[in-house]
Amino acid sequence: MNRYPLWKYAMLVIALLVGLIYTLPNFFGESPAVQVSSSKATVRITRDTATRVEQALADAKLKPDFVQYEGNSVKARFQDLDTQSRAKDVVSKALNPDPADPTYVVALNLVSRSPRWLTALHALPMYLGLDLRGGVHFLMQVDMKAAVNKRTDALVGDIRTALREKTIRGSTSRDGNNIVVTLRDKEGLTAAQNLFADQFTDLEWAPITDPNDFKLIGTLKLTAARATQEAAIKQNMTTLHNRVNELAVAEPVIQQQGADRIVVELPGIQDTAKAKDIIGRTANLEFRLADMSTEARAALDGSGPVPFGREKYTIGRGAPVIVYKEAIATGEMLTNAQPRPDENQQPAVSVSLDAKGGRQMRDATRNNVGNFMAAILFEKGKGEVLTVARIQSELGSEFRITGMVTTDAANELSLLLRAGALAAPMEFIEESTIGPSLGADNIAKGFNSLVYGFTAIAIFMCLYYRLFGVFSTLALMLNLLLLVAVLSMLQATLTLPGIAAIALTLGMAIDSNVLINERVREELRGGASPQAAINAGYERAFATILDSNVTTLIAGLALLAFGSGPVKGFAVVHCLGIITSMFSAVVFSRGLVNLWYGRQKKLKGVSIGQVWRPSVDDPATAAKT
Amino acid sequence: MEFFRIKRDIPFMRHALVFNIISLVTFLAAVFFLFTRGLHLSIEFTGGTLIEVAYLQAADVAKVRAKVEGLKLGDVQVQNFGSASNVLIRLPVRGDMKQDIVVAKVFGELCRVENGTVSIKETRTDKGETVSGPVCDANGTHPVVLKRNDFVGPQVGKELAQDGAKALAFVVAGIMLYLAFRFEWKFSVAAIVANLHDVIIILGFFAFFQWEFSLSVLAAVLAVLGYSVNESVVIFDRIREAFRRYRKMATHEVIDHAITSTMSRTVITHGCTQMMVLSMLLFGGPTLHYFAVALTIGILFGIYSSVFVAAAIAMWLGVKREDLMKSSAKEIDPDDPNAGAVV
Repeated sequence: MNRYPLWKYAMLVIALLVGLIYTLPNFFGESPAVQVSSSKATVRITRDTATRVEQALADAKLKPDFVQYEGNSVKARFQDLDTQSRAKDVVSKALNPDPADPTYVVALNLVSRSPRWLTALHALPMYLGLDLRGGVHFLMQVDMKAAVNKRTDALVGDIRTALREKTIRGSTSRDGNNIVVTLRDKEGLTAAQNLFADQFTDLEWAPITDPNDFKLIGTLKLTAARATQEAAIKQNMTTLHNRVNELAVAEPVIQQQGADRIVVELPGIQDTAKAKDIIGRTANLEFRLADMSTEARAALDGSGPVPFGREKYTIGRGAPVIVYKEAIATGEMLTNAQPRPDENQQPAVSVSLDAKGGRQMRDATRNNVGNFMAAILFEKGKGEVLTVARIQSELGSEFRITGMVTTDAANELSLLLRAGALAAPMEFIEESTIGPSLGADNIAKGFNSLVYGFTAIAIFMCLYYRLFGVFSTLALMLNLLLLVAVLSMLQATLTLPGIAAIALTLGMAIDSNVLINERVREELRGGASPQAAINAGYERAFATILDSNVTTLIAGLALLAFGSGPVKGFAVVHCLGIITSMFSAVVFSRGLVNLWYGRQKKLKGVSIGQVWRPSVDDPATAAKT
Repeated sequence: MEFFRIKRDIPFMRHALVFNIISLVTFLAAVFFLFTRGLHLSIEFTGGTLIEVAYLQAADVAKVRAKVEGLKLGDVQVQNFGSASNVLIRLPVRGDMKQDIVVAKVFGELCRVENGTVSIKETRTDKGETVSGPVCDANGTHPVVLKRNDFVGPQVGKELAQDGAKALAFVVAGIMLYLAFRFEWKFSVAAIVANLHDVIIILGFFAFFQWEFSLSVLAAVLAVLGYSVNESVVIFDRIREAFRRYRKMATHEVIDHAITSTMSRTVITHGCTQMMVLSMLLFGGPTLHYFAVALTIGILFGIYSSVFVAAAIAMWLGVKREDLMKSSAKEIDPDDPNAGAVV
């Protein structure tokens, strides 16, 4: 009765192997590395960049362990700190000809030392949280009201333009969150209603109460408001990404938290003031007419001066280009930019401007069909050309930029156009800075408490329950292994509360084994044969184990649902630990017991420590080893 | 080795009244201290600024306090943190001043006292990461180091308190439902009353000693709630089993038997968990200190309440054999003479 079928043993072995493989990367530690990422919105890292890095290192006779292309960055790992810092200088010189205006961010970073076959299996070490690593953490609140306000304002302008275009006479104004359109007469009212039903589907119009008052009151639909807010937070995050790039942080974290908050974590940065300065900075987008005259061409060749009233921009896509100083439209007028294929199914970006921007765009492009227009992103007073496109017809508040080769390029341009400004203002509501020495300290403390606690439990269990105690300890080890493996697989961020949760979960998980062992002893005490006692012990204890784990899980889930930040990390580990403990304490430890005792048909006794019998007639002949 | 050599069932329930009175007194004392002293909430809940600095030698807390108070930043708290050379400074939320300015001001003042000047420096860790941050430099030495600073806005704190309350409510409701479903409503009420009484007592300790109540303490409290309900569940499981097995036993005898037979497991399990928690308390450093303290109190009172309180309340509520036999009709004993409370 105490034998597992082969598939169960196979499952245990597989669990053990998977646990080992995914836990392994955490033990290799990290090596110094140099990481190259792009600091310009328009420059992307490609395999070509990796080749250039390799070339630069080879020229300087520096030997990296490897140079790796990772989508958004290129990482080169080195043996020691000295090589790393020399490599940084070399790579930076090779990639950034102008140190005052770097195209690439070359940062020092740490890369896991785990062998490549592990990385190929997606077995990566856990990511260390800021409290273990040092760095800055910001929590920012996005002003959603402002985002909706901005949208409502834009709609008011659009309605005015639309009414004028249809020569419907009336006035449009804003009253709180409502848009009030007052019309002259009944005809105007009907025409306006038709127009709105057709073009302004984001608005909900209140039914008319007074037939003699030609007034329409509209509010933003709930879905539209929500969409506006979602778009706002996405855009803010994109903008933050671009800005954070400039801080040359190796692995910044920018995440949405809840409906209206953004978390920014910058490992390795201690200087909050500078970080906040850069994050809070405003960038601006401008559409300007490009000058393609002979004088301008001469200026581009370098054979003539830049004509009066124009400027030369040398960075970005379509650069160098000479443009007029006056802007046709600016970033504030931009209401949206989305990648949308044109009628020929070619990649394109459709741009929407508000009413004012549309009017200005119309006025500027009317007499310039055939000329070129540039979109320029200004940050810190420096302009970067996003695109230069030919004006094919008179443009209005909605127009399209075509000529992109791939959909990727269209996606990117739309993102960049939107990235210029924040969609809604943000406020810092939480920030913390953790020194790097404190982080290292925290790792050591968390790790020590886990190790000493575990050792104490292991020693006690082995002494008190003998061989069964050894099995329990092995099961607890597997629990730890699986827990770390699952956390590594999920690429969870390990924090100090997370380590505390691992320790606590192990301390609680031993409960299952104590329950089982006590039950087995009790069955022995009751006079059951060793094999029957093992079987009954496991069977009977299981119901209790299930009940007690479910109640613990309820508490864990509550923490997961309502906790934030450190508490959430604690809860994730706690919940996962309960699940892994069910497997290891019940299935795995039983497997060990079965393997050891299961095949012995005439089992005399089991090693579970002394079983004391209270009976008076029978002197305690404990089943002992 | 066998710690528990109990010949006969210990008559716990004979003393149920005494235990309940002890519980009630502790509980009332805890509630009293909660109301009169209140919890010393961390800045995570109240909002504010927290600065941790490390000195080369043991810090003069009184001097630091005097200096920081001199900056007129409101109600300042200064205390040692972890070791004699580490100092923790807490400042209330300032509507009119930005966080980084507050930190810069305090750190600047502390640095000036040590005859140093603050500058932003880029350093490299021994692992090869570059780190830039403010450094206090006095003739080549760093007499005071800024270890960390936290700022929490007032709106976050309010939300955290609400979320904490919601989490507690969720745990209570979830556990009650589960126990009512698995056992019976009397057990679920008994378990929740017993374990909430643990929670209140933990909070009472924190109020009485004015220990800092932070988010991690809250996590510990909720974890303990789930954990010590375990305890009650194990005993209830045994009560159910004993009701089935020993038809002649009276309710109080059944409960005594259940508690006695799970005694060994209770103590060993809690002992093991406590070993882990003790290890955190000893080696985990100041960050995990109160987390471990809350767990320790929770575990100790968890044993007490599950053994002496939960079962007693279930008994007062009048658990009967029938209550637990409903599911399996054939096991109903119609002639149970001992239903109801027996003291």
